[in-house]
Amino acid sequence: MGAGHAHKLYRHGHSPVHDLPPHCKLAAVFCFVVVVVSTPREAVWAFGLYALLIAGVTALARIPAGFLLKRLLIEVPFVAFALLMPFVVPGEQTHLLGLSVSVPGLWGAWNVLAKGTLGVAASVLLASTTELRELLLGLQRLKLPPLLVQIASFMIRYGDVITDEMRRMSIARRSRGFEASGIRHWGVLAKSAGALFIRSYERGERVHLAMVSRGYRGSMPVIDEVTASRTQWAYASALPLLALAVCLVGWTV
Amino acid sequence: MHVPDGFINAPVSAVTGVVAAGAVAVSLRGARRELNERTAPLAGLVAAFIFAVQMLNFPVAAGTSGHLLGGALAAILVGPYTGVLCISVVLLMQGILFADGGLTALGVNVLDMGVVTTVVAYALFRGLLGVLPRTRRSVTAASFVAALVSVPAAACAFTLIYWIGGTTDIPIGKVFTAMVGVHVLIGVGEALITALTVGAVVAVRPDLVHGAKGLTAPLKLRVDGELVDAPAPAREPAPAAHRPTRGLWATGLVTALVLAGFVSFYASANPDGLEKVATDKGIDKEAKEHAAKDSPLADYGVKDVSNARLSGGLAGVIGVGATLVAGSGAFYVVSRRRRTQDEADTRTEEKV
Amino acid sequence: MSTDPAPVPPSLEVSGLAYAYPDGHQALFGVDLTVGRGERVALLGPNGAGKTTLVLHLNGILEAGAGSVRVAGMPVDKRNMAEIRRRVGIVFQDPDDQLFMPTVREDVAFGPAAGGLRGAELEERVMEALKQVGMEEYAARPPHHLSFGQRRRVAVATVLAMRPEILVLDEPSSNLDPASRRELADILRSLDVTVLMVTHDLPYALELCGRAVILSEGVIAADDRTQDLLCDEPLMRAHRLELPFGFDPRSVTVNSG
Repeated sequence: MGAGHAHKLYRHGHSPVHDLPPHCKLAAVFCFVVVVVSTPREAVWAFGLYALLIAGVTALARIPAGFLLKRLLIEVPFVAFALLMPFVVPGEQTHLLGLSVSVPGLWGAWNVLAKGTLGVAASVLLASTTELRELLLGLQRLKLPPLLVQIASFMIRYGDVITDEMRRMSIARRSRGFEASGIRHWGVLAKSAGALFIRSYERGERVHLAMVSRGYRGSMPVIDEVTASRTQWAYASALPLLALAVCLVGWTV
Repeated sequence: MHVPDGFINAPVSAVTGVVAAGAVAVSLRGARRELNERTAPLAGLVAAFIFAVQMLNFPVAAGTSGHLLGGALAAILVGPYTGVLCISVVLLMQGILFADGGLTALGVNVLDMGVVTTVVAYALFRGLLGVLPRTRRSVTAASFVAALVSVPAAACAFTLIYWIGGTTDIPIGKVFTAMVGVHVLIGVGEALITALTVGAVVAVRPDLVHGAKGLTAPLKLRVDGELVDAPAPAREPAPAAHRPTRGLWATGLVTALVLAGFVSFYASANPDGLEKVATDKGIDKEAKEHAAKDSPLADYGVKDVSNARLSGGLAGVIGVGATLVAGSGAFYVVSRRRRTQDEADTRTEEKV
Repeated sequence: MSTDPAPVPPSLEVSGLAYAYPDGHQALFGVDLTVGRGERVALLGPNGAGKTTLVLHLNGILEAGAGSVRVAGMPVDKRNMAEIRRRVGIVFQDPDDQLFMPTVREDVAFGPAAGGLRGAELEERVMEALKQVGMEEYAARPPHHLSFGQRRRVAVATVLAMRPEILVLDEPSSNLDPASRRELADILRSLDVTVLMVTHDLPYALELCGRAVILSEGVIAADDRTQDLLCDEPLMRAHRLELPFGFDPRSVTVNSG
């Protein structure tokens, strides 16, 4: 995890998807996921259509399928969890490949897998077509409280700096022959964490001084405004609207 | 413990979202009170710190590793409001950037890992500090208990939410046992790291520990007011006394862990333990998601499965018991310390 | 170096400044310092002499316990604070502290935007400042993708964008490789502003500043031509200032001032 990988999340490119304003994309992804989650699990075909929609956007954004699939791996722990459901959920039993499994369990597993995967895929698409600071601007535009946006923006800015500090401390530890291998060593790790906190906090104080020195009085000056035209909104809404149509059909069928 | 999309049904996700938003709004106002115009840079840096510290994986048991959730740590170091904000921002960015935790489940995640951990930890921490003698050691001890309880508390909150709005009817007892069991183990790691970290910060910059504000103020007065509090400085050289207490906890914890391990082996001989192991393993895997995600999953998944099964089983069976043992152990130690405050150090060491 | 506040008030006037931290530790014991407009002055002194404390008084981050600070004739107080902070540009030691925005451009824009500048005017101001430090091509980059020397230059630009009366640099040459060090010196020489440079780098002080003051134990212990100060061995020793090995300030001809 960590901001150290942050720059790998975004895939630079120029595509209709890259060029959409960030707040449109954020809203579209969110609505899409909401629609997916609200779809009845029995409408198996609906999820297939959703997957096709995602694949379509991926192609439009010229994101290689491999890239997307690799990022989907984040879900693996849940796959494991989902695969267990058929065995632990009580209810009507059926036989599958010679194993006795429960029907509600199978449905549960399918539900979590399908919805979880689609959710992850949508988020991954968003992160790989939108730059970090654009995302922040988008969140701001979507009326996330400015203070939260500021906190997030400082977190992104200093995530790398602090991760680097942590790495240096770890190298210093290892250079002196320390290898964290058991409970006895937690004390050392915690001391490092303590030192890291003090450094982070003191840096926060210095950053605050630097901000105040340049006229900061509690709110960020507006430097960039992101705006979206009607057409851009229309493009962005294509995904959730199509999904909504699928979902409605799923409920009625 | 990052919940993905599709785990909790839509209505409950929406409600938790609203509740979480409310909690964040309250925290925004509270944080402004705690830090005023310094809120943004300081909370941002602390969020970055939590973000980084979550990468510190620590060995738990049987070869598996856990990582810090950080709620208790944030609450104690920077106060509950700022703490909630920091964790919420971390979760928000994890959801958007890393697809870690579903967007519709953001409310569940914020409520669970952001609000419940920080609030429980902070309330417990303040409560304990109110009862304990006003020393640095008490701060460390209170942080330990607060963090220890905060993680299973989050697990309970999750279970509750799952019970109301889970998309699959896994018997709630099983979810509860597995979640709480596993998280007690994680809580032990969380507690140790949190307590040691807070201890390390208190030793160097006590003024930075929000939860110890009441502790530092009288210390400063003593410095200013010359000979007013003569006996107090004598009690102050706490660092030397740190060691025996830490030893004590370590002993207590190791005992709990050994006990847990022993019983789990015993339990796994039990025929219907298998089913339990399976559930535990599932949810355990879920809780470990982070660790897996960090090094794009490569070797984690396969290698640790058997270990996870082991530790999961162990945790599931003995989990609740272990909390009780560790918790009451800590309280026992604490109350002993209070009774024989001044000359206790050497004696407690002997007894244990 | 006339200290006479004639028609043009001096950029900086510090008189009788004393300060104690809330914990009781007193750092300044009556500092008197005047820096005329357009002057470049080096502030030298051993660690713990109170240099940073003094710097934080110049734009009102710390409030004087006794004495006063005036910037371009204006007293540093609550009423003038916004204007004072625009006029006193402090470049902190660690550029990572100073560059807190996601991109170079936004960071340079922060100060002027906080002062109310918007749109094309803001853009122009940003590019002008970046050009002054030769970093205009890096406007869209995130700061953490720059080298240390580049980050320091951008840090200078963030302050220049506010068109300050006086530029205060805290250890500008620290952690720079020799080439970056020289580039920064060229930039500083090319600027038409008053400069107060806090430094341990004595050759750098000699190269850039005609005048130097020594802050020691919370007071100005010496105030003279930089070359004369550096050649005064007993004085230097008394204040724990040491020249680098093999460096002889007498052998250098200086044309700064």
